[in-house]
Amino acid sequence: MKGLWAIYKRECYSLFASPIFYVVCASFLVLAGYFFWSTVGYFHVVSFQVGRNPAYISQLNATEMVVRPFFVDLSIVLLLVCPFLTMRLMAEERRAGTVELLFTYPVGDKAIVLGKYLAALTLCCLMLLGTAPAMGLLFALTRLELMVVLSGYFGLMLLGGALLSLGIFTSALTENQIIAAVLAFGGGLMLWIIGWSEQLAGGTFGKVLGYLAITGHFENLAKGVLDSRDVAYYLILPLFFIFLTLRYMESRKWRG
Amino acid sequence: MIQVENLTKYYGLTRALEDVSFSVGAGEVVGFLGPNAAGKTTTLKIITCFMPPTRGKVLVDGNDASMAPLKVRSLIGYLPENVPLYREMTVSAFLRFAAEVKGLDRAARAKELDRVMEICRLTERKNSIIARLSKGFRQRVGIAQALIGDPRILILDEPTIGLDPAQTVEIRKLILSLGEDHTILLSSHILPEVKKVCDRVVIINKGRIVATDTADNLAARMKGAPKVIVKVGKDGPSASRLISEVPGVESVSQLDDEGTMEVEVSRGADARAEMARRLVEGGFDLKELRSQEVTLEDVFMHLVTEEDETS
Repeated sequence: MKGLWAIYKRECYSLFASPIFYVVCASFLVLAGYFFWSTVGYFHVVSFQVGRNPAYISQLNATEMVVRPFFVDLSIVLLLVCPFLTMRLMAEERRAGTVELLFTYPVGDKAIVLGKYLAALTLCCLMLLGTAPAMGLLFALTRLELMVVLSGYFGLMLLGGALLSLGIFTSALTENQIIAAVLAFGGGLMLWIIGWSEQLAGGTFGKVLGYLAITGHFENLAKGVLDSRDVAYYLILPLFFIFLTLRYMESRKWRG
Repeated sequence: MIQVENLTKYYGLTRALEDVSFSVGAGEVVGFLGPNAAGKTTTLKIITCFMPPTRGKVLVDGNDASMAPLKVRSLIGYLPENVPLYREMTVSAFLRFAAEVKGLDRAARAKELDRVMEICRLTERKNSIIARLSKGFRQRVGIAQALIGDPRILILDEPTIGLDPAQTVEIRKLILSLGEDHTILLSSHILPEVKKVCDRVVIINKGRIVATDTADNLAARMKGAPKVIVKVGKDGPSASRLISEVPGVESVSQLDDEGTMEVEVSRGADARAEMARRLVEGGFDLKELRSQEVTLEDVFMHLVTEEDETS
C-alpha cells in the first residue's frame, strides 16, 4: 500500500499540531486519575474492615477489586473521548479543501483511510499509556496478576480501535467536525447499550443484540479472559467501518 | 499529452459539462478560459482523477484516467483552485510529505525539496508555518508541491487569483519559465494573463467548448474589418468627409461631438498614413490616430455572448 506511511506520518503531525489532542488527552487522564483514586480508596476502606477478620484476608485481591473496575471505568471514558480524536480526520480535509490535494496525489483511498486510522489509533494508545504510572504504582504496592493487566490494556486498545473506526466513518460523512463527533458518540453509545435489550428481545435476535454490544466483549478482556470471539468482534468492527468509509468515499466521488 | 474526449458531467441533475473535447500537445502551454461556473474546474478535476466523468474519457500520455488513475496522477502536478494546503504544517514538512506521497525515496527527497524551493523562492521561508504565510507565498507553496517529483504535466487552476499585481507578475514569470520544459494547462478568467502566458487558448462557456486556437488566430477570426480611431480638434463632420475619400476606407462614424470618429478600413489596406497626411494638409488639428486591435477580450465577449444568444 504505497503512501500509507507518508499519510500516517502527516496525520500524526497534524494531530500533534492541533490543541484537540492535548485537551482530549488531559480530560482522559484527569478522569482516569479520579477513577483510579476512587477504586483504590474503596479497596483501602474494604481492606481495613476485612483486616480485622483473618479469614477474609486471603480473599482480598487487588486485581479483582481495583484493576478490573478501573479498566471498565476507562472503557467508558474512552467512549467519551474517542470521537474527538477522529472527528477531524476526513471532515477537516473536506472543509479545508485539502481533499483535492490528497485525492490527486498518486495514493489509493485505502492507503489514505488506513493511514489516518492508524494515526488516530497511535494517539489513542499513547493516551492509554498515560495511565501506566498508576498501574506501576499498584504493582509496587500490592501483588497483581500481570496477564490480567496486559489483557485489560489489550482490550482497551481493541475497544479504542473499534470506536475510532466508527469515528473515521462518521467523519467521512460530513465536513463539520462537530457533526462527525456527535454521530460517532451516538453510534458508540448505541453499541454500548444495545445489549441491554437482550432479555427483552429474547430468542436469536436477543442473542444477536447481546453479541453486538461492545461492553460484554470488553468485560471478558478486563477479567483477563482472552476469548477468540471477543477478539474477532473487535477486529471485524473496524474492518466493517473502514469498508463503509471506503465505499462512502467512492460513492461521493461519483456524485461529484 | 492530454486528450479529453467527449466529457459530460452531471452534478445530480445539473449539467456541468457537455461533450467537451480538446487536447494539449507535449510542451504546449494551453490556457483554459471561461467565465465563472463555466466548467473549468470541473474539467480539471476530472483530468486529475479527483472525480470521474459521467461520460467520456481522458487520456494522459496514453493512460486512461478512469482505468489507471494512480498512473495518471503520478504524471500530473496539480494546483487546485484556492490553493488548499495543510496550514498547520511548516513549508518544508508539507513539501516533504508531498515528496514522500509521490513516491520519492529518502535520498531523492532532500534534493528535490531544495530544487523546488529554489524555483519557487521559498528557501528562506522553509521553516514558516503555512498558515502564517502571505497569500503570495502560499501560492508559491502550492506551485512548489505541484512541481515536486518533476511531473511533465502541470495543471494549474486559477494560479494568480487573489494576488496583488506585483505577485501576479511574479507568478506569471514563474509559469512562463516552467512552460519551457513542461506541458501546462492553466485555467483562468483573466484574459491578458492567458494572452501573455499561453500558446493556445481553449474557451469554454456553460459547459461547452466554444473555441480552440491561438489568441492571435482567434482575434483574426473575428468578423468585421479592422478599425482606426481618429480624433481631431474641431469640426469633426468635415474631417470625416475628408477621411471617407481616402482609398481603403469603408465607413466613418462619429463617436462624439468633439471630433472623435471610428473608421472602418477594408482588410489588408493600411490607410493610416494617407489619412494623417490629408488631415494635416486640410488644416485639421490631428490629436490622435491609432488602430484599434481586436483583443482577446473582444473575442471572448463575442464568443460567450454569441453562445448566449443561440442557446
